[in-house]
Amino acid sequence: MDLKEKLTASFLAFENQVDTDTYVHDVRNEAIKIFEEKGFPTKKEEAWKYTSLNSVLKEDYSVFPKKENAIEYNDVKKYFIHDIDTFNVVFIDGKYSSHLSQTTHDGLDVCLMSSALTKPKYRLIIENYFNKAATKDSLPSLNTAFSSEGAYIHIPKNKLVQKPIQIIYFSTGNEAATMLQPRNLIVVDENSHVQIIERHQSLTDNPVLTNSVTEIFTNKRAIVDYYKIQNDNQSATLIDNTFIKQKQESVASVHTFAFGGKLVRNNLNFYQTGERIESTLKGVTIIGDKQHVDHNTLVHHIEPNCESHQDYKGIFGENSTGVFNGKIIVEKEAQKTNAFQANNNILISDKATINTKPQLEIFADDVKCSHGCTIGQLDESAMFYMRSRGIPEKEAKALLMYAFSNNVLSSVKIPEIKQRITKIIANKLGVNIGFDL
Amino acid sequence: MNKYTEDDLREELKTKEYEYGFYTDIESDTFPVGLNEDIVRAISHRKEEPEWMTEWRLEAFRAWEKMIEPEWANVHYTKPDFQAISYYSAPNSKPKYNSLDEVDPELLATFAKLGISLDEQKKLSGVAMDVVVDSVSVATTFKKTLGEKGIIFCSISEALREHPDLVKKYIGTVVPQKDNFYAALNSAVFSDGSFCYIPKGVKCPMELSTYFRINQAGTGQFERTLVIADEGSYVSYLEGCTAPSRDENQLHAAVVELIALDDAEIKYSTVQNWYPGNAEGKGGVFNFVTKRGLCEKNAKISWTQVETGSAVTWKYPSCVLKGDNSVGEFYSIAVTNNYQQADTGTKMIHLGKNTKSTIISKGISAGKSQNSYRGLVKISPNADNARNFSQCDSLLMGNECGAHTFPYIEAKNKSAKIEHEATTSKIGEDQIFYCNQRGIDTEKAIALIVNGFSKEVLNKLPMEFAVEAQKLLEISLEGSVG
Repeated sequence: MDLKEKLTASFLAFENQVDTDTYVHDVRNEAIKIFEEKGFPTKKEEAWKYTSLNSVLKEDYSVFPKKENAIEYNDVKKYFIHDIDTFNVVFIDGKYSSHLSQTTHDGLDVCLMSSALTKPKYRLIIENYFNKAATKDSLPSLNTAFSSEGAYIHIPKNKLVQKPIQIIYFSTGNEAATMLQPRNLIVVDENSHVQIIERHQSLTDNPVLTNSVTEIFTNKRAIVDYYKIQNDNQSATLIDNTFIKQKQESVASVHTFAFGGKLVRNNLNFYQTGERIESTLKGVTIIGDKQHVDHNTLVHHIEPNCESHQDYKGIFGENSTGVFNGKIIVEKEAQKTNAFQANNNILISDKATINTKPQLEIFADDVKCSHGCTIGQLDESAMFYMRSRGIPEKEAKALLMYAFSNNVLSSVKIPEIKQRITKIIANKLGVNIGFDL
Repeated sequence: MNKYTEDDLREELKTKEYEYGFYTDIESDTFPVGLNEDIVRAISHRKEEPEWMTEWRLEAFRAWEKMIEPEWANVHYTKPDFQAISYYSAPNSKPKYNSLDEVDPELLATFAKLGISLDEQKKLSGVAMDVVVDSVSVATTFKKTLGEKGIIFCSISEALREHPDLVKKYIGTVVPQKDNFYAALNSAVFSDGSFCYIPKGVKCPMELSTYFRINQAGTGQFERTLVIADEGSYVSYLEGCTAPSRDENQLHAAVVELIALDDAEIKYSTVQNWYPGNAEGKGGVFNFVTKRGLCEKNAKISWTQVETGSAVTWKYPSCVLKGDNSVGEFYSIAVTNNYQQADTGTKMIHLGKNTKSTIISKGISAGKSQNSYRGLVKISPNADNARNFSQCDSLLMGNECGAHTFPYIEAKNKSAKIEHEATTSKIGEDQIFYCNQRGIDTEKAIALIVNGFSKEVLNKLPMEFAVEAQKLLEISLEGSVG
C-alpha cells in the first residue's frame, strides 16, 4: 500500500477520533478530496520540476502517533534558544508536551491548535481564519485534512509581545518511520508585534516526513518577525508550507536558515491584500552531502504601493542540490509596486547542483521590479589577501562564506538567534571561529 | 506646442493598422487540405527527393502522430486544426528565371511595396537573396560569385537534388525529427527552405539573406533551414519575414539548424514581421519555430532577432556549446502590441570547457499584449569555467499589457560563473521631463528612450538589416521610434 492510499484510507478513522466541529469537518472533507484527486506532486509539475519526492515517499510511515513520548529537557535544551525568556509550544511526535512548554492566555493566546479547533470560544477566529490563506495544492490540502495539532497564536490589538515565541517539533524516532503534519495558525491583530521561532528536530536517525502548514495573518499595521531554523538530521524530510496574508501597512518578514535535513522544501507564499505593505523574505542555505533544499517563494502584489524584498544566499558542497524558484506576481491594480529579488549561490563542489528560476509576472506598468541571480565561486584575490596574512585556507574560506551570508543575518532582530546561526554556520563549515571579529 | 503624451501614443498604437497588409494574387498549385502519409509522400515526390528523404519524412510524421501539442508556454490561442491546412503550395510561374525581368511582375511589385525589391537589394546592398514565396524558391542571385568561393547557397530542395550527401549528413543532427511537436511536423512536411554550406576556411564575402512570405490563403509555411559552416569559416545569414493581412490564423512552424564546426562562426539575424492580427486580436500568424545551433571547438554562434509581428510567437533560438571554448550569443528585441503574445527566449547548453554565453533580451509590450522571456542556462558537470551573462529588460506601455520572465538556471559545475538580471519598468516621467526641459518634444523623447532601450540589440544587426529593423519597430510602435 503506498502512502497516498494509506493516508486516504486512514482519513475516516482519523475523523472519528477527533471532535468534529462542523466547519472544520467540512474543510477537512473537502481537503481530502483534493488530495485524493491530485496525489503527491511529481516532477512533471512545473513547481516540482527540480525536486522529486520519490525517495521520500517509499518509506512506510506511521501516520498517527501512537503514544505520548516523554523527553528530558536537558537532553533537548540545545535545540531551544534557551538564553532568553520565551514562550514555548513544544510537540513530541506530534503530541503536545506540557512539561517542555510554556503557554499563556494572559492578554494573548499562545496555545494549542487542538483546543482552538474544539473549544467554542475560539470558534469565531477559526471560522474567519482557518484554511483561509492556504492554497488548494495537494500537500497543503493533505495537511488540512489531517490537521489536528499545532501552535495557535492569537495576538489581540495593540499588543507588543515582550517574549519571542518558540514552536518546536521533536520526533523521537520510537517508530521506524513517522509522518507528522503539524498545523499552525497565527493571527496578529492591529498594531501588534510578535516574534516567532520555528524548528523541527528529530532525535534519532529514523526517517521522519513532516508536512507542515503555517498560516499567518497580519492585520493593519501589525508586525511579524518569523524565523525558521532548519538544521535537522539527514534522515528527516521537511515540507514546509507557509502562507502569509497581509493587510494594509503591515510588515512581515520570514528568515529561513536551511542547514539540515535530507530534503527540505520551503513553500513560502505572501499575499499582499492592502496598501503600503512590506514583505521580506530572506534565507541562508548551507548544505553538503546528498542534501536537497528547495526554496519556492511567491509574492503576490495585489494592491498598490507595496514593497517586497527577497534575498536568498546559498552555499552548496559535496553532492547537494539547491533549488530556488522565486515568483513575483504584480497585478494590474498594484501600481507603484517595488519588488526586489536576489538569489546568489556559491558552488564549492563539482558534484553539487543549483537550479534556479527567478520568475516575474507583471501586469502593471508603473512598477519597479528587478531580480538578480548569480552563481559563482569565492573570490580568489580575497582568498589570497587573507592567506598572505597568515589566515589558514579553511578559515579564510569560512570567513568569505560567512561574509557572503551576512546580508541575511544582519536583518535578524533577535541577537541570540544571530549568535546561534553563527555557531551553526561555523560548525557547518568546520571551523572554530566566532565570526564576531 | 502640441503635447504628445504617452496616452496619445497608446491611442495611436491601438489604431495603427498593419501597413504591409496586402495580398499578391499569384496562381498557386495547392495540395488538398489535410495531412496523412500520402500527403507526406506526395510532397516528397513533388520535390523529386531521394528515397531516404521520403522515409525520413515518414518517420517524422509517424512520431508526430503520437505527440501531443505542448501547452506549457505562457500563450493562449485556439489550436490550429492540422487537418484543415494545405501542406504544399508553390507559385505556378515556373521554371526558374535567369534574370529579374522574367519574374512575375506582380511578385516584384509586392517586394517593391515592402521596400525590398530584388533590384535594390542587388544593386545597393550586395546581398544575395534566395527569395521564398510560398515555399518554393523563385530566384537566387549572386550564386555565381558565391560559387567561385565554393559556397553553396540554394533552396533545400535543390540541395537535396544536388548535394544529397551533405544534407543527409547534417539534417536532423541538431534538431532531431522527434525533438518536439512542431519540429516533427516540420520534418514531415517541410516544403522548402534554404541550405547553406561554407567550405573550410572561407569567409563568406556577403551577407546571405532569405525572405520568407506566407502568401496563399490557408497554407501554413514550413521552412527548413540548414546552415553549415565548415572549419574556420564565417558566415552572416539574414532572415526576414513579412506576411500579408489575412483574417484566418496561419501557422508557421519552421526549423532552423546551424552547425558551426571547429573555429567557425555563424551570425544568424532575423527580422520577423508576420501579420500580428488586427486591433481586436483577430487573425494573425502563429509562429512556432525551433531554432538551434551546434558549436564545435572554438566555434561561435550568434543569434540576433527583432520580433515585431505574429499573433502568437513561440521560439527559442538555442546554442549547444559542445566544443571547448565555444561561444553562444543571443540578442533579442520582442515588441508586442494589441493582442499579440510572445513567449520567446533562448537556451544555452554548456557542455564543453571554457564555454561562454551572453543573453540580452529586450521586451516591449503595449496595448493588451503579453510578452514573456523564457530561457534556460544549463552548465553540465564537465563544462569547467563556463561563463554566462543574461540580462532581460522589459518596458511596459499602458496598464493592460504584461511582461513576464521565466529564466531557468541549472548549474552542475563549481567553476561556473552565472549572472542573471531582469528589470521591468515603464518610461519614466522624469526621463521625459529631462528631455522636454532640453527642448526635445515628448514624441521624440519617447523615441529616444525606446531606441536607447533596444540599442544594445539593434547594434548587433548587420548594417543592411538594421535599416529594416528600424522600419519594423516603427510600424509596431509608431511614434515611439525616431
